[in-house]
Order: sequence, then C-alpha cells, then structure tokens
Amino acid sequence: MFCLEDKQRRDTMPKRIVYMDYNATTPLHPEVKKALVEGFDIFGNASSMHTLGRQAHEEIEKARKIVADFLGAYPEEIVFTGGGSESNNTVLQMIDCGSATCRCMSKGRLGLVTTQIEHPSVLNVAQYMENKGISVEYLPVDPTGKVDLEAYRRALAKNPALVSIMMANNEIGTIQDIRTLARMAKEQGALFHTDAVQAVGKIPISVHELGIDYLSFSAHKLYGPKGVGILYVRKGAPYCTFIHGGHQEEGRRAGTYNTLGIIGLGKAIDVASQEMEEEVARVRALRDKLKEGIQERIPDIHVNGHPTDVLPGTLNVSFYGVEGESILLYLDMEGIEVSTGSACASGSLEPSHVLLATGVGPELAHGSIRFSLGRENTMEDVNYVLEKLPPIIQRLRSMSSAYSVSSMGRSA
Amino acid sequence: MDWLYSEIVKDHFMNPRNILEDEGSFQADGVGTVGNIKCGDQMLVAIKVKDGVITDCKWKTYGCASAIASTSMLSEVVKGMKLEEAYHITPEEINRRLGGLPEHKIHCSVLGDKALRAAIDDYYRKTGQEDKIQKEKAVIVCQCMNVTDKDIEKAVKEGARTYLDLQNKTKIGTVCGQCKEQTIKLLEEYVHLYG
Repeated sequence: MFCLEDKQRRDTMPKRIVYMDYNATTPLHPEVKKALVEGFDIFGNASSMHTLGRQAHEEIEKARKIVADFLGAYPEEIVFTGGGSESNNTVLQMIDCGSATCRCMSKGRLGLVTTQIEHPSVLNVAQYMENKGISVEYLPVDPTGKVDLEAYRRALAKNPALVSIMMANNEIGTIQDIRTLARMAKEQGALFHTDAVQAVGKIPISVHELGIDYLSFSAHKLYGPKGVGILYVRKGAPYCTFIHGGHQEEGRRAGTYNTLGIIGLGKAIDVASQEMEEEVARVRALRDKLKEGIQERIPDIHVNGHPTDVLPGTLNVSFYGVEGESILLYLDMEGIEVSTGSACASGSLEPSHVLLATGVGPELAHGSIRFSLGRENTMEDVNYVLEKLPPIIQRLRSMSSAYSVSSMGRSA
Repeated sequence: MDWLYSEIVKDHFMNPRNILEDEGSFQADGVGTVGNIKCGDQMLVAIKVKDGVITDCKWKTYGCASAIASTSMLSEVVKGMKLEEAYHITPEEINRRLGGLPEHKIHCSVLGDKALRAAIDDYYRKTGQEDKIQKEKAVIVCQCMNVTDKDIEKAVKEGARTYLDLQNKTKIGTVCGQCKEQTIKLLEEYVHLYG
C-alpha cells in the first residue's frame, strides 16, 4: 500500500517546483494575501455616501496615495483600471477618439509611433488603430533590443500624436532609456506613453523626472492580485474615457470600484517600496549565477537581450539545435517552470516577434527559453536548474536532426 | 492534472524509441530528411531494408513534443512493414496511433511520413529501382506550413480559386511567404485543369 501511494504521488507531482516564470505572473506576496483577507469584508460601494461606502473609499484613496508616492506622481494622476491591457488600450485608443467634447489628443495629429517588440496589448491595439486609418510606425530595435534612435528621429519628424514605448521588455528584459525617448517626443510635440508593466518594482521610476505623459502598470506582475492595474495620466495631459458609464475615477474610468483588487495593488506597491532595493540585488545575483552556470555548462548557446540594461530577474537564452517547447516540457517534468519564444508553444507557428526583431533568426527564436526569477527563488533553485538543464539539452540535441546537420557546422 | 497531450504522446516524447544515436555505425540503406529548422521542425529518417521489408528504422528530429512523438511512433509502426505499404502511410494513421494531437499540432505529425518516403526513395535510387519512385508524389511547396503540391491540387478541386482561398484552406505561405510565387504558378496550373 505504501509503495503504491508513494508511486502515485511521484507520478502526479514533480518532487520539487521551481517557478521561474515571474514575468508571466507572480504569486501573491504574503503581506498582500493578508491585506486581501482582511479586505474581504470591506464590501461597501466606494461611491456611496454612508459609512461603509466611505470606508471603502478611504482604502482606495490610501492605495492611490501609496502608488503615487512610489511613482513620484500626484494621487490625482493615478487612475485604477482592470490591468495593463486596459491601461494600454485606454491610451492608444485616444488617438482617434471621435467625441467632439473631450480633450483628446488627436487635434491635427493622427500618427502613432511604437516599437516592434511591444507586448500584444500594445501591438495589437496599434494594428487595430492602423485598420481604422491611423498611420503607425513600428520602430526597429538593435540586437540587444534597444530602440533604433535614428529610426525614432525620422518617425518623430512626421509629427505623430503619440509615442508608446515599453520601459522594459517582457521576453528579453531589455530596459529602454525612457528619459531620452520621452524628451525627444516632447521636443516634437508628441505625447509619450510607456508600458511599464514589467518595470515597476524592478527599476526605480519617477514619472515626473522621466517626463512622460502616461504609464501603464498591472498588479499581478508585482505580487499583487490579477485583474487590477493603474494608468498614470500626467496632470494636464489629454484624456478620453475608454470605459464610459458611472462617474468613478473622476469620470475617467467607469465601473464600480474594485476595492479588494485596489487594496491588494496598494499593498503590493507598499511592500515593494520597502523591499525593492534589497530584493532586486538578491534576484540579480541569482540571475547572474544562473547565466554564468549555463554558459559554463552548455555549449552553443546565445544569450538574448542587453548585457547590462536588463531586468534583474530576466534571462533569455537560445539553445542551438533544440526546439523550445521540448525544452520547456522536459523542464516541466522536473518541476522547473519557464517559458519559450518557440512557435510551437504559441500555437501560431510564428516564433517570438521580439526575438525576430532583435535579428537572431527563426532558428534561435524557436530554441529560446526565458527564465524569469522572483522573490521565492533561492540559490538552491538556481543550482537545481543548473543540475537538470544540461542533460536535457544534451538529450534533445542527441535526438535532433538540426544539431548535427545544422549549417552552424556543429556536431553532436 | 491532465498533461498537454495524450499519454501516448507523453510516453513517446519522454521515452522516444529508435533514436539514431550513431549515424556512422547504423549503415542505413536509405536516408531522408525533410523540414526546415527555420519553420520549427525538421526530421531525418534512416531505414534498413531486406527483401522489400523495412527491418529497422531510426530517426532524428528537431521539433516540439508532437514532432518527436510522431517520429518515434512512426519508427515503431514501420518496422517489419513492406516498402509499398510504408510508402503510403499517412499522418492521420500516426495521429490516430498517438491517441490524437490537438488541432494546432497536427502539422507537426505530417513531416514523419514525408521523411520516410524520402528515405524509401533514397533506397530505391541506391538499388537501381528508380522506377518504383512514385513521380506523382507530393512535393513540399511551403516549408513552414508543410503544404505540398498535392494539397494545393486538393484545395483547388474543392473550390479554391485565389491565393487567399488557398491560404484560408491550407495556411500556405502564411509564415515566411517565400513560396508565394511558386504557389501562384501551381494554383494557375490546377485552376486551368480543374477550374
């Protein structure tokens, strides 16, 4: 009996889970979980005038203040939304707002400038705007993922209404020089938005110092709950409501306040403001150790992204001659959870648009694995990955027709 | 918790059968390679033949779990099979034996039978039996989506008349697009024949 039970347990659960997919989403911080549990009973509608309503309202304004302080903004510049995708949609769709009564940005200018490496929640909205007749420039990036400044200059010369460039890339972790990019946009009279979903809590941000007009963020990337985020809107920047209805958020975003989500978001930011510095240094050391370990143990690899201007926990590696989904699934069998830029994993047959934009070529894009580390990872986790990964790559290469016959001239 | 694919796929992915570990010592009678690593999968199939029967089949695959499992299953199925029979094995047959692949993964299983046919053709060529190579055999036009001239012909017979019709039916040329010119030429030929 004991043996059978033991076997069943082994069959259904890997002996150890090493989660290294923090750029996809994060578990709740214990402090956030505590705040959420305590917040369950705060059910009043924050728009109501009575005591329970005012109690909810107070919690929301407390969270707004925390977020504003953390980002170097004024509280009234923070709009709570349903997450990063909604924040991005709100800003990008302002370009061709048809309303004659709002202070939208489109007066005389109709172009959008963005990059080839944005998240789908920007890229696909840009495409949608293009279908509606807006001209869109998709800026190329260099092999490290940095925006091509010459192309940017040329695009700005066409007087676009809005520029939207992500602060840090979700796949390769490359961090853009937002201050410079925002200044260049301003000089040409264009508004500047940054999707900072991956950056908030990982690199210091002061929106006023950066000189940006809009910023998107989502709580679940920083140990907060899913389905809640923010949009920073600079005081005086044009704004059109995306979700029309009630007068919540000063008429900027309708819908009954998501009190619980906002409490969780506020707590996540509160914790980050205290732990960020130490945590970033710790995670960066783990990532560096993982990177060095892989470089030492596995031949024929390519590290994607920028060598230094990169998110502390992100490591994107391509393995010659092996396909990413296979690596991912073998790692999953060992309890190691990562993601890949291979086409097979996406189901679209197109490998990662980000990696292709950096010019690595489809072969390496198909063979890419993203490790994204976070607060629950330890040095033991890194060592565990360094123990399990090399034999997996070796095994897949030994059965790969591309490792021995590849044009790279490599042989197994 | 359910795995992504069937248990059979999982088994053949985790414990692949008949991998060609040592190309030098296997001494294949026929070898075929199809696919393209740019498109995400490539397969090499090597066979040994005696008296018109495949006595051994080994392989190498660059690709996802479905591609690896498909080739592994194929190598098991064809052992002991007559060449004529193996020549006509279909992806549907492999897919069925694997317990079914998800819709978006079926294309991963279509390379195996093509690699096998390439290996058999190689054997025929080496043994002076070129006459047995079936001239009307399908030729891959779109490497990325594994669409053959036969697939184009079939699509035209079913009513496709434009490049867009063809793309909707077969997904041809939807990745790198390099095959567009050749596709349009073939399309015109088939439309002329069946239109």
